[in-house]
Amino acid sequence: MNLARLSFPKTAKKGEIIEIRTLISHVMETGYRPDATGKVVPRDIIRRFTCHYDGEEVFRADLWQAIAANPYLSFTTVATKSGELTFTWEGDNGFRHVESGTITVT
Amino acid sequence: MIRLLSLACCLVAALPVLAAEIKTRDRRSGFDFMTPSSQDMQRDDMLNPGMLWVLEGEALWQQQAANAPSCAGCHGDAKDSMRGAAARYPAFNDRLNRPINLQQRINLCRSENQQQPAFEPESRPLLALSAFIGAQSRGLPIAPPEDARLAPHLENGRQFFKTPMGQLGLSCAQCHDDNWGGRLAGAPIPQAHPTGYPIYRLEWQTLGSLQRRLRNCLTGIRAEPFDWDAPEMVELELYLMKRAAGMNIETPAVRP
Repeated sequence: MNLARLSFPKTAKKGEIIEIRTLISHVMETGYRPDATGKVVPRDIIRRFTCHYDGEEVFRADLWQAIAANPYLSFTTVATKSGELTFTWEGDNGFRHVESGTITVT
Repeated sequence: MIRLLSLACCLVAALPVLAAEIKTRDRRSGFDFMTPSSQDMQRDDMLNPGMLWVLEGEALWQQQAANAPSCAGCHGDAKDSMRGAAARYPAFNDRLNRPINLQQRINLCRSENQQQPAFEPESRPLLALSAFIGAQSRGLPIAPPEDARLAPHLENGRQFFKTPMGQLGLSCAQCHDDNWGGRLAGAPIPQAHPTGYPIYRLEWQTLGSLQRRLRNCLTGIRAEPFDWDAPEMVELELYLMKRAAGMNIETPAVRP
């Protein structure tokens, strides 16, 4: 299933600052809300997001209950070399989703 | 005396205006009542969480059921076959002899042609498929079918819209025809045009159908909502689409 959307330039010049944007489908249930029967819905959130650029970690974010459902993250990095961008979302209940794409640097 | 008389005339003249339907040139989408940041969220597909459902719907469109064709198996590329479909619903169904909305059409197709159990109301796959089909009409004007059989249902919907309901005794028209542009508890009152359903509503933190939105309004005026896909709800949908005829489809829209 298409769980996440990515957006970053496919090609860039060496040294150029590139913007990376990600959107993922996730309920981000806070653990504070009661359901229709009054029982508290257990917490279910993404706790960590990381971005690796050709194996090197270039961005990391911790996510918390106050972050909206279907979190959108945007950040920048410097295009250094051609390689793979790997995006990993990890969270409660063993949630783990990985997406990747390649960037060509000239 | 003349002054008094003219004042009385003005009052009498003002009364029907107050209860009149919105003129075509004054119609505005809920989009126009939003903050610029919410508008940006809808405009940019990368920011619009509704696109996650559209993508999911696209996958479901291709998905084969056991011993039955996928949606694409009969309808082919949705870009062509579903273009404008969402702009035409609710439409009259011959077999059921009443109008049905797009979600009911999807479920009929599913039970009749795919021999699969119907999706639950407001379930994720049903929302995903209707978002995907709706998105194929993006930018196209709402075009309710010219079908004489719809006329009595349309009239029922119109009556429903104008009838005071619930403990607060409010009608849809009192807010959305007479007082649009005003504020209710700090939030702008829009004109209630169903241009972008299913919508990603920030308050819900998820995608939801027009019926979910209508149920919200009904409980808001402390009326008991009709059941999912109740004929009354479909007739109201029918009237709302007629009322918004010619306005552009925005699916998946973002709303606060």
